[in-house]
Amino acid sequence: MSDKSHDPNQMTGAAMIVRALIDHGVTDIFGYPGGAVLPIYDEIFQQSEVQHILVRHEQGAGHAAEGYARSTGKPGVALVTSGPGATNMVTPLTDALMDSIPLVCISGQVPTHLIGNDAFQECDTVGITRPCTKHNWLVRDVNDLAKVLHEAFYVATTGRPGPVLVDVPKDVQFATGTYHPPRKSDVHRSYAPRVKGDATQIRKAVALLANAKRPVIYSGGGVINSGPEATKLLRELVEVTGFPITSTLMGLGAYPASGKSWLGMLGMHGTYEANMTMHDCDVMLCVGARFDDRITGRVDAFSPGSKKIHIDIDPSSINKNIRVDVPIIGDCGNILGDILQVFKAEAKKPDVKAWWQQIAQWRARNSLYYKKSNDIILPQHAIQSLFEATRGRDTYITTEVGQHQMWAAQFYGFEEPHRWMTSGGLGTMGYGLPAAVGVQVAHPDSLVIDIAGDASVQMTMQEMSTAVQYELPIKIFILNNQYMGMVRQWQQLLHGNRLSHSYSEAMPDFVKLAEAYGGVGIQVHKPGDLDGAIQEMISVKRPVLFDCRVASLENCFPMIPSGKAHNEMLLPEQANDEATAKAFAGGKALV
Amino acid sequence: MNQPASAYFIEERHDPNETHTLSVLVQNEPGVLARVIGLFSGRGYNIESLTVSETESQKHLSRITIVTTGTPMVIEQIKHQLDRMIPVYRVVDMTLTKRSIERELAMVKVRGEGDHRVEALRLADAFRARVIDATTESFVFEITGNTDKINQFIDLMRPLGLVEVSRTGVAAIGRGPEGM
Repeated sequence: MSDKSHDPNQMTGAAMIVRALIDHGVTDIFGYPGGAVLPIYDEIFQQSEVQHILVRHEQGAGHAAEGYARSTGKPGVALVTSGPGATNMVTPLTDALMDSIPLVCISGQVPTHLIGNDAFQECDTVGITRPCTKHNWLVRDVNDLAKVLHEAFYVATTGRPGPVLVDVPKDVQFATGTYHPPRKSDVHRSYAPRVKGDATQIRKAVALLANAKRPVIYSGGGVINSGPEATKLLRELVEVTGFPITSTLMGLGAYPASGKSWLGMLGMHGTYEANMTMHDCDVMLCVGARFDDRITGRVDAFSPGSKKIHIDIDPSSINKNIRVDVPIIGDCGNILGDILQVFKAEAKKPDVKAWWQQIAQWRARNSLYYKKSNDIILPQHAIQSLFEATRGRDTYITTEVGQHQMWAAQFYGFEEPHRWMTSGGLGTMGYGLPAAVGVQVAHPDSLVIDIAGDASVQMTMQEMSTAVQYELPIKIFILNNQYMGMVRQWQQLLHGNRLSHSYSEAMPDFVKLAEAYGGVGIQVHKPGDLDGAIQEMISVKRPVLFDCRVASLENCFPMIPSGKAHNEMLLPEQANDEATAKAFAGGKALV
Repeated sequence: MNQPASAYFIEERHDPNETHTLSVLVQNEPGVLARVIGLFSGRGYNIESLTVSETESQKHLSRITIVTTGTPMVIEQIKHQLDRMIPVYRVVDMTLTKRSIERELAMVKVRGEGDHRVEALRLADAFRARVIDATTESFVFEITGNTDKINQFIDLMRPLGLVEVSRTGVAAIGRGPEGM
């Protein structure tokens, strides 16, 4: 009989959790302690390999972990207690599921003998989080814990990435069992995402691309998730083919905004040229995007004359909203590589000169036009100024959700992937500030800016305290129009300008608020003061709340009105009252 | 088509609904059935019938048979959505294979006397239903067959004193020597 007391793999469940984090290369986690995770916190206290960032609300931990993951390509890790700790994680988990962000959440649970007993701080965590995780586990036996933790990391980071949750009852954290390092057999045999694209489909795709007269490449967040190789290959494909490229909100940065083939973002608030190119194209190559309803506009009028190629690692994304002609299932890095190889060997560069001339005409409409003012700061101008001031710097941008988010996507030019963190699918107000915390933890020396709205930022404002505690010099650039701008815009356009509860009548003094937290507050009213104030913000090495007072009633254009197709966009110069009323004519049913 | 003003695009789909029988091979572990059912309720899919039991206890495999309805695009979605769940090994559309056998078992309780009782027995015989319980005023029949046959039998029992029915739901298997 061997003496188990000297076996280094014999340890408590709590120790296993910390060991597994180390084995998976985790250096930073975000969390909040509570009764059901105290043994894990005790282990964290006694080591120095994993740094724990104490947030002020579990939702903040989740979004911080998302920002960390999105900006590094590594999984983000959050640690929360049972009951309210777990329920507070529901929003970030859902957010990560919608945007395919690898997230590992470890939650404490009441001891196994109390499960189902309505014990203090008990909730059915795996039941509640089942629909908002890629997979989740309740671990009832300490000897299963190592396997489950390793599988959790594997599932979160492979295939279509996503959030996972491991629920660990307190008695399992205390119990002693056998740990093992990650091994292949830890993973369900039923889980085997396909990464290699089908060769026949790839040939079909190349044949379509090679004979295209009016092609477009439409890329999404999948390219960024796939890693640097996919980005490199996408850029090469654009170069080799000479095709125009547009991206979804999640895909910004995969192709540089300064690149000559760049059309800007597409979709509801995309550029005129991007949407017209999508509408009139004859061959569409969709890479790592999912034909979401903000992208397609009216489905039955979506790009009616095109052959569509769809590269996606998730088979359920194929033919979900739009029927495609050539689906290719697999990792887009792999498949782009294969397409390039076949294309270079067998096809010559298609002549798309006439197509580019057409695109130039659309571009000349200048769909992002806005009228600058000397008296009042236009939100678009504020973002352009921010972009100019940070151009060439090592900068990461996060956002909240609303008008400011769309303006940021339109006016801030992203040159590299992983630099843009935004809540695309779920549209979570309050995402940006904690996400900035996570990004800054991952990139301590970079400039991290949350482009925020005055309403969104108040949803998770408490994380300013986290930023101050860990000396994370995040910059919260608030476009303060005193409204929930996007809600107000829809109310103006759809609901007879009855601005029901979209005005924040009691706005905090953001400068004093920043100071109360121990950060720095800056306020600017006049366009003439903007550049100087932005420089001041950048030079301060502490957390900043930047209260940028902007025109309160500015609308976000261009825009595809509801029920309309890509070629029926409402452009800013057309958006007078009459045209707007006409574009939105119809009933007032809200669906 | 004049669409109501909305933040969402409203679309009318006119594809006709189809009924499909899906066989799903899953790891038999806690919560696996909740995952499958949650997928259907969460995404608004229909479940007409659902049957589940462990089929290979050593490998901890369970087989779920689901009868569902939807447009061809929805049915395709359902299969892909099931297939990407972590504990799901395989999803086979038994309806598409056109080589499957579907069976259901029902227990049918009928109460009656005199001619009704005789007629019920006679019909049960014609349907190859077995009597598995009898009293002087009632029978419980066990009947196996496809869904249509069982529906038909139940309809015939109704005027003869049908009391209650318990059905297993559909189980399906492919013809020929190959497994799924």
